[in-house]
Amino acid sequence: MRSLLNFLLRIHFLLLFILIEVFSFSLLINNNNFHKARFVNFTRQFAGNYYQKTTKLKEYLSLAEENQRLAEENNRLLNIIESTYKSDEIFFRSVNDTILNQRYRYTSARVINNSINKKHNFLTLNKGGQQGLKPEMAVVSNGSIVGVVKGVSKNYSTVISLLNLDLRISAKVKKNGYFGSLNWNGEDYQTAILKEIPLHANILVGDTIITSGFSSIFPEGVLIGFIKSFEEKAGSFYEIEVDLSTDFKSLDNVSVIGNLLQTEIKNLEQETENND
Amino acid sequence: MIKSLPRYILSFIVLVFLQVFILNNIQFSGYINPYIYVLFILVLPFETPKWLLLIVAFALGLTIDLFSSTIGMHSSATVVMAFFRPYVLKIFAPRDGYESETLPQLRYYGASWFLRYSVFLILIHHFFLFYVEVFRFSNFFSTFARAILSSIFTIILVLISQYFYRKDSRL
Repeated sequence: MRSLLNFLLRIHFLLLFILIEVFSFSLLINNNNFHKARFVNFTRQFAGNYYQKTTKLKEYLSLAEENQRLAEENNRLLNIIESTYKSDEIFFRSVNDTILNQRYRYTSARVINNSINKKHNFLTLNKGGQQGLKPEMAVVSNGSIVGVVKGVSKNYSTVISLLNLDLRISAKVKKNGYFGSLNWNGEDYQTAILKEIPLHANILVGDTIITSGFSSIFPEGVLIGFIKSFEEKAGSFYEIEVDLSTDFKSLDNVSVIGNLLQTEIKNLEQETENND
Repeated sequence: MIKSLPRYILSFIVLVFLQVFILNNIQFSGYINPYIYVLFILVLPFETPKWLLLIVAFALGLTIDLFSSTIGMHSSATVVMAFFRPYVLKIFAPRDGYESETLPQLRYYGASWFLRYSVFLILIHHFFLFYVEVFRFSNFFSTFARAILSSIFTIILVLISQYFYRKDSRL
């Protein structure tokens, strides 16, 4: 304490000088508008610089937080943009026709998973129950056959590919209407086998094979492929090798066909069977 | 000291009047404005306590300020000058120091000593004053020129004043 007092006493001249100068300047600044303006200007500038610097520092310190925030923002934006958003475009291309009852409804969908090298191949589509897909709907690509919807979740659906030994399609020869059962041969993704075509049917290599429309799944006339070769089997039927027109290796956009009258047909058929 | 106090007070008043009513109204070409009142600080006795020096300087500056409505400007400059006075005196001290019963005036220590001593302090005062007046360092050289020119005139006036003291005056 004593030494502090001594020290203060020793520098009393300097202290007094500083005190009086500070007092003078406070008088100067408070009583002269020009000096006041200059001073305020200066301090404002100084404060501005200071705040800018500290803000920079603070920003640097909060970079991690900021990054987190930006990442969240990015995710939010990614969720909004089209490519990650399942567009709810008009699902059914319906025609409100008062004379003709519409039978089939078309829905576009994209193949998001596909396989061709198994015995039981399935596809996955990017649309599901929310977009109106149901099991037993037909799937076509550019007018040629792809498969049948099997399972439907909220936003996705699985499709039994034509390249699946379990799937049998009712098909017919376009030019004369003889029909039979079409099934994949289980080996080549470009070839299927059409059976039960009677021997008296006049067929040639290159004839067009289409769906028969007898099942309630496919509309009539969906292209399947063309006759590659045929031979007699078991005496009374041809076994026809069909070159499939669908390129299962490059499937992307497909149409899903819903049969509006499917329930009605099924109910009627059920009833008829029961009556027997 | 005490008996010379009335003379100091009189000198204070005379210098303030001279400064406020005559010199403040003379502004040669807008550049030159001599400040003779600093003479009062220059000629205070060697033994004046340092703290008193600062207070007197502040009082003198403030008085000038009050008359020229520049509160704080002259007081701050005069206090700076008073602060440096002891150090300047020490620098220019004769080899055997200042004799007692003498004052820092021309007639005791000669024109050469007095000139060096007063020029130094007047320059400090004027530079401080002029830069406080403009309160910025842009126009640095214009302010510099004004400070130099005014200092020259102040120095001339201070030197002239030294020949007005009576020979036998103890002031």
